[in-house]
Amino acid sequence: MSAASHPAEHATATGVDNRKLLMWAFLGSDCLFFGSLVATYMIYRGRSLECPLPGNIYDIPYTSVSAFVLLMSSLTMVLALAAIQRGDHKGLRTWLVATGLLGTVFLGGQFYEFTSFVHEGLTFDKNLFGSTFFVLTGFHGAHVTVGVLILLSLFLVSLRGGLPQADSLTVELAGLYWHFVDIVWIVIFALVYLVPAPVPVDPVTHQLLECAKETVAAVAH
Amino acid sequence: MATDSHSHSPVHGHPQPMEYIIVAVVLTFITAIEVALFYVGGGEAGGFSLSTAAILVLSTFKFVVVVGWYMHLKFDPKLFTYFFAGGLALAGLVLFSLMFLMPGIAQLIAPE
Repeated sequence: MSAASHPAEHATATGVDNRKLLMWAFLGSDCLFFGSLVATYMIYRGRSLECPLPGNIYDIPYTSVSAFVLLMSSLTMVLALAAIQRGDHKGLRTWLVATGLLGTVFLGGQFYEFTSFVHEGLTFDKNLFGSTFFVLTGFHGAHVTVGVLILLSLFLVSLRGGLPQADSLTVELAGLYWHFVDIVWIVIFALVYLVPAPVPVDPVTHQLLECAKETVAAVAH
Repeated sequence: MATDSHSHSPVHGHPQPMEYIIVAVVLTFITAIEVALFYVGGGEAGGFSLSTAAILVLSTFKFVVVVGWYMHLKFDPKLFTYFFAGGLALAGLVLFSLMFLMPGIAQLIAPE
């Protein structure tokens, strides 16, 4: 995304800007990427033979705050775009910083969540839940990290005067990526955290796993 | 030949900042409802219930709202929608195909 190039009013075969079309094509492909990771998580839910399980370690209120933070970052991102579209460069930088900060807060929250899960015994290779959870949320975190770096780049380019109002497409493309990261989290938050996982049964004893009994008992009370 | 408009003035019908803020408030409210439904449904050991179905519906609504308004897909040329929806449809196909190819899917959705 060259911020220095003039916005081309080239004639295109599709009638739309090729850069924007490419971004949407990329996001479509990224849907498939995350779709496969979500699918893997979903098919292995309730199939772990070792603890801990989701019911033992998820902190829904904590994750809800993370979800809220990322939602608000989408708001600040779209406000940044609105600012550059009306030629408000100070507003652009303000909202870009706000978005980057919120994204960083989200990443910090994820890091804390991952480390607390590890302390509670859930690691990447502990069980199916650990593997699928960390791969899915880890890749999402990596996407957020890239997004924060993009926002930082835009901020620095804007500081140097390299982001004119006529080049607002650059910010729009960054915004599309950022909102995509947000909608992926909407899906993850719902399917991974809020949809209860089946309680696994030991295939040998046909009894609930010990840690699963605690979860069921807690609900019964 | 005209390219897609980069001029998002009120004349072109694009949302204004206040509308974005209203959307954010609505999304926050829906997120709070989702969390409430999680606990109403019995939490992690509650199993797949009406609350779970409601959570999925609300999440889908949030997804559509962010894509439509924040990503401007509602106001942009339909070609962008086709590109995005194509990838999304394939992702959904992969998800449901894998889920239904695995044995015991009924138990996963509605545990005994």
